[in-house]
Amino acid sequence: MTVVEQVTTPTESGRPGTIGTSPVRPDGIAKVQGSFEFSSDLSADGCLWGATLRSPHPYARIVSIDVSAAWKIDGVETVITAADVPGSINYGLIAHDQPVFASEFVRYVGEPVAAVAGDHPETCRRALEAIVVSYEVLEPLLDPERAIDGSHAAIHPDGNLIRHQRIVCGDTSIVGDVVVEGTYEIGMQDQAFLGLEAALAVPDPGGKGVELHVATQWLHEDRAQIAACLDLPVESVRLVLGGVGGAFGAREDISLQVHTCLLALRLGRPVRIAYSRAESFLGHVHRHPATIWMRHHATADGEIVKIESRMVFDGGAYASTSSAVLINAVTHTQGPYRCANAVVDGYAVRTNHLPCGAMRGFGVVQACFAHESQMDKLASACGLDPVAIRLRNAMRTGDALITGQLVLNVAPVERCILDTAAIPLPDTPIGGLPMADGAVDVMRLPGGAGRTADRGDIVRGVGWGVAIKNLMYSEGFDDYSTARCRLADGVVTLKFATSEVGQGFVTIAPQIARTILGVDDVRLDRIDTQVGSAGSTSASRQTWMSGGAVDAACRTVRERFFEHIARAHDLDPLRLAVDGTDVVDTVSGWRITVAEASAGIVIDETVEYRHPATEDLDENGQGNCHTAFAFVAHRAVVDVDPELGLVKVVQIATAQDVGRALNPLSVLGQIEGGIAQGLGLAVMEEIIQIDGVIRNGNFTDYLLPTFLDMPDVVATLIEEPDPHAPLGAKGVGEPPCISSTPAVVAAIRDALRQVDGIGKPLDRIPVRPSDICL
Amino acid sequence: MTDEAMGHDSDHYVLHVNGDEREVVDSWLGESLLDVLRDRLGLLGAKGACEQGECGSCSVMVDEILVCSCLVMAASAVGQAIVTIEGIAAPGSPSDVQAAFVDAGAVQCGFCTPGLIMATHDLLERVPAPTETQIREELAGNVCRCTGYGRIIDAVQQVAVSRRGGVS
Amino acid sequence: MAVHLPDTVSAAVDRLAAEPSATVLAGGTDLMVEVNDGHRRPDASVVVVNRIPELRSWRHDPQTATVTIGAAVSYREMLDGPLATMVPALAQAARTVGSPQIRNAGTLGGNLGTCSPAGDGLPVLSALDAVVELASSAGRRSVSVGDFMVGVKRTALEPGELIVSVALPVVDGWQGYAKVGVRNAMVIAIASACVVIDRSHQRVAVALGSVGPTILRCPDAEDHLAGAIDWSTFDIAPRDLDRFAELVSAASRPITDHRSSADYRRHAVGVLAKRLARRASSSEAAA
Repeated sequence: MTVVEQVTTPTESGRPGTIGTSPVRPDGIAKVQGSFEFSSDLSADGCLWGATLRSPHPYARIVSIDVSAAWKIDGVETVITAADVPGSINYGLIAHDQPVFASEFVRYVGEPVAAVAGDHPETCRRALEAIVVSYEVLEPLLDPERAIDGSHAAIHPDGNLIRHQRIVCGDTSIVGDVVVEGTYEIGMQDQAFLGLEAALAVPDPGGKGVELHVATQWLHEDRAQIAACLDLPVESVRLVLGGVGGAFGAREDISLQVHTCLLALRLGRPVRIAYSRAESFLGHVHRHPATIWMRHHATADGEIVKIESRMVFDGGAYASTSSAVLINAVTHTQGPYRCANAVVDGYAVRTNHLPCGAMRGFGVVQACFAHESQMDKLASACGLDPVAIRLRNAMRTGDALITGQLVLNVAPVERCILDTAAIPLPDTPIGGLPMADGAVDVMRLPGGAGRTADRGDIVRGVGWGVAIKNLMYSEGFDDYSTARCRLADGVVTLKFATSEVGQGFVTIAPQIARTILGVDDVRLDRIDTQVGSAGSTSASRQTWMSGGAVDAACRTVRERFFEHIARAHDLDPLRLAVDGTDVVDTVSGWRITVAEASAGIVIDETVEYRHPATEDLDENGQGNCHTAFAFVAHRAVVDVDPELGLVKVVQIATAQDVGRALNPLSVLGQIEGGIAQGLGLAVMEEIIQIDGVIRNGNFTDYLLPTFLDMPDVVATLIEEPDPHAPLGAKGVGEPPCISSTPAVVAAIRDALRQVDGIGKPLDRIPVRPSDICL
Repeated sequence: MTDEAMGHDSDHYVLHVNGDEREVVDSWLGESLLDVLRDRLGLLGAKGACEQGECGSCSVMVDEILVCSCLVMAASAVGQAIVTIEGIAAPGSPSDVQAAFVDAGAVQCGFCTPGLIMATHDLLERVPAPTETQIREELAGNVCRCTGYGRIIDAVQQVAVSRRGGVS
Repeated sequence: MAVHLPDTVSAAVDRLAAEPSATVLAGGTDLMVEVNDGHRRPDASVVVVNRIPELRSWRHDPQTATVTIGAAVSYREMLDGPLATMVPALAQAARTVGSPQIRNAGTLGGNLGTCSPAGDGLPVLSALDAVVELASSAGRRSVSVGDFMVGVKRTALEPGELIVSVALPVVDGWQGYAKVGVRNAMVIAIASACVVIDRSHQRVAVALGSVGPTILRCPDAEDHLAGAIDWSTFDIAPRDLDRFAELVSAASRPITDHRSSADYRRHAVGVLAKRLARRASSSEAAA
C-alpha cells in the first residue's frame, strides 16, 4: 500500500472540488464505461481509411516510385507522394528538416514515402504492397561519433551535427583531491502510450480548409506545421483534440497529421488513419540514446569542486527537439548539487537511426543517470554513504548553476533527501511473508512465476537517486498559455486548448475556477484551436502555465463580477471577496451567493499567461536559459538474483518538491506512473536497432513494466508553495521518472557489492541480466 | 453434428454480444473479434493497443472466460456469449468496480481502463478476497502506462472490501 | 471461405481431408498474432477445434499411470486441481504462459503445433517423454514428442492431421519447471528448463527450452545427476550440482538475438537446471 504523507498542508477552504482536494476526473465515468471517445474511435459518414508506406532502409536514394498498381486495386481512392504536398515539404518542431514524404532520400527505417486512402484497412494494406519503390541503398550513418568527427558524408542538407553546446564555468584548471569518472550509456526508450496514433480529417466543402481531430500534445503547433505543408492559411486548419491515450512526449511532433489532411482534402471526403503498434514504434520520436562521460573532482571530504563531461545524444535522422533536449542535458550536468567549476561539451547528432525527440524527462533523464552514478562513485571514494555525499552537496535556493543562472525557486533538495530517508524500509523479508502453507510466494521473488530462484539465491540492495528538473520552456521561447473564463447564471465555462493526455488538467482547471469564483458548476468547452494556444502538454508545464492562465482568467472575471455586484448593491468592489460559494463584503459582512449575484449576467474574459522571459546560452553555455526548477529524491530497494541477473524492485520511496498539491491524488498518480517509466528504463525498456533496423517494435519484445514489476511506492509530497508559480504549484510530471532510474540501478549495484565486495559497474541502462551475472 | 459444426460463411454470421444477436456481414476470414466489435458492430469500448495479446486493453468475456478479443477470430465465436465493457453496466450507472476506479484515481488517460475493468470483474468473481500479490498476478496481462498501477490496486481492494460488507 | 466448428475429431479430420489448406484454430494465441500482423492470411477455410469434447478434456488412467490431456485444454485448466497434482511441472509451466487472458485461451496442442523453442509447455512434455496422438481421416497414430518436434516451428504433423492429445506418465518423484524472462510476468522465455526425478526407475530427465532450435534433452547431464543422487537420502553433493549445471550448459545450443545473448542463455539454463536439481533434492529429502 502506498502512503501519502502531506508534510505541509496549505491553508485552503477545503470545499469539495476546490484546490487542495481530490475531486474525481470529469471524464472518469466515460473512461471506465468505455464510452470516452479516443481519437482511434472517431469516424464520420463516408469516411475512408488511410495508410502509410514506409522505408525499409535506414539510408537510401529513391530511384523511382511506381504507384500505378496501387491505383488499380478495387476500393483504392487515392495514392499520394511528396509530389502531392502543396506547401512546405518539410516540417519540424524547431528546425523544419523532416519531409512529409521522402522524395530524394529515405533516412531511417520507417520514414513515410507514400500514403493511400481506401474503403477498408485491408484495401489499404494491399495498396501499399502494390507500390513499387526502387531504392539505391546507401551506407548508413549509425555511429554518432562519425557524425561528430566528420568522417561520414552529410546525410542531410542541414549536416550531421544538430547542435554542439559547450559550458565553461569557473576555474577549469582546478583538480580535486578525489577524482572519479565513468562513461554511461542510455538506451533508446519508447513512450509506449497505449492509445496509438489516430486522426480523423474532415475537409471543408470546396477543399479550402480542413478540420482535424487528433490526439496531440499541442494543437496550435500542429496547426501551424500542418497549414504550412498544406499551403493553407492557419485559420483554415481547425484542430480538435481527439481523446488522447497517453503521450509522454511522443505526440509533440507531427506524425500522421499532414498525411490525413492531404488525403481528405484531395478526396473531399473524411479520412482517418490509425497506426498499429508496429507502425507507432516507427511513427513517433523516442528518447535519445546517449553516451555520457563524466569526471567529478571533489575535496577529500566529498565536496564537489569541478565536473567535466562530454555528452553525445543520437538524434536519429531528423532534428525534432534534439537541440533542446541537448541543452537540458548539459545544463543539468551537476544535478541538484552545488558546483562552481565545470567544462561540458554536448553534441546532438544526426544518424540513420529512428528520430528522437521529446520524452518525459527530456534530456535530464540521461544526465541524471550519469551524475547519480558518479555521486555513488564519489561517495565510495570519499568513504561516505550515498545519503551523506548528497546532503553534503545539496543545492539550495540562491545557488548558481554551471550556466551562471541562480536557482531562485524553492529548492528543498536536502528535505527531499531527508524525507525520503525517513520513509521506513520495507519490513517484509526477501520474498515477502510466507504464504498460508509456509511456502515462499514466488511472485515476490525475482523471476516471479518463472520460479527461477529460492530465497537464499537473492540479495537485497538499496540505492539512491536525486534530481533537479527544469520546468516550462527554455532559451528565450515565448512560452504562454491562453484560457477563457465565462461566468453566467452561477455557472462557469472554461475554454482552453490545453491537451488533456491523461494527466488531469480537466480536473484541476475546474478546481481552480471553483476556488477563485465560488461556483460549484464548472463546465469545460471543447478543447480545440478556437481559442489561443496553450503551448504543449510537456515540460511539466501545464499546471503552472495553463493553470496560471485559468487562474488569471478567473481572477479577471472575478474582478468584473465584483464591480458588477458593487454597482448593483452600492458597495466598494475592493472590499469584496469570495467565501465558499458566496461573495462577501469583508468589512460589513454583507453577503450574497455567487449564483444569485451572477443571475442574468455574462462575464467573459480571455487571458494569456506568460512566465518571465528566458535567455539563450552564450558560446560558453552561460545564461538564464531556464524558467524554474523542481526537485525530487528516490530510494529504491531491489531484490537481485546475482547468478541469473534477474531483479525485482521491492519498494520505491520518494519525496518530491511539488510546491503545492492542487489535487493530491493526481500528484500521486503522476509520481507512481513516472516511477514505473523510470523503472522500465532501468531494467527492461529499450528499442533495439541492429544495422539501423528496429528488432523489437512490438509489445511482445519491447517490455513495459507490469503489475508484477512495479513495487509499492511510498511518497511524501513536500509542499512549500513556490512564490514564482501562479498557484504555488510546481509541475510534477517529469521528476518521478528521472532519478528513479539511477536509484534502481544503484540498488542493484549495492546488492552485487554485497556478494563479492566488488560488484559490477552497471554503467549502461537498461541493465540486462547478462550485465549483472556474466 | 450441429448446424454450426457444418460451418458457416466467414462473411456472414451472427454473434451473441451483451445479450443481443448481432449480425456480421462482409467480414473477411481472419478478422479479429476486436475489429468486428469496433468496426462492424460499433462497440468501441474494447481498445486495441498491441494486436498481440500483450496489453489486455481489448479484454472481453467469451463464455465467461476472460480473453483478448484481438486474439479471437470473430467468426469462431459464433454461438458463444460475448460480454464487452458495454455489457457491464448501463451508461451512467457504473458498476462497483467502475465507480471505484474513478474514485481511487485509477484512471488517467483511460485507454487501458475498459480492459482492466473487465479483468477486475472477472478476478473478483473468481477470487472475492484477493491478496495484493494475487491482484498483481491476475491483472498482469493488463498493461497501464500512466498510473504505475498503485491506484488500480487500491481500487480493486476497495471493491473487494465493500463487497464483503466493508470487512477487510 | 468458411469457418467450421466441428464437435468430433472425425468431423474435424474429414474437413481437413476435404480441404488440406484449411487452417486449424485452437486458442488463437499464436495464429491470430500472425494474422493481425499480416504475416498470415487464412485464405481457405478455418477449422475451429476447441469445441471438440475429446480435445477439451483430460483423463487419468491409474492402471498405466498415464494422464492424457486433450489438445485444446487451456493452460488455465492445468494450473491447479488434479492435473497440477499429477503433473506439477506442467502446472508450473502453465503459470508462466503469457497472461491470464493468454492462459485462458492457449492450449498444449497450440504449443505443439507452433513448436517454438520458447513454447512454455514443451520442455515439460519432452522431459516426461510425452506421446502425441495425431488423427487424420486415415486413422490415428502416436508419436513421441521428441520425434514430433523436428526443428524451429517444424513438426512431424502431416497435411490433414490434427493433434488430438498428449499422454504423460504420472511419475513417482519430484518434477519442476523454471523459466527466465526479463520481466516478472508476461514474458517469452529466454531460457527454460524442466527436471524430472523418477524415483521408481532412479532416472533423471532434463529438457531445455529457448536454447536451441527446438527443445533439447541432455543425456550426459541426466546420467550424471542420476549417478550423483544418493537415492535413499536424495542428497546431491554441491560439486555434482555444479557439474550438472556445466553439462546442461554444454548441451545447450543457443543463439544471440534481440531477446538475449547466446552466452547468457547458456549460462542461465545451467543455473536453472542446477537450482531445479537442488529443489528436487531438498524436496525429496523432506518427503
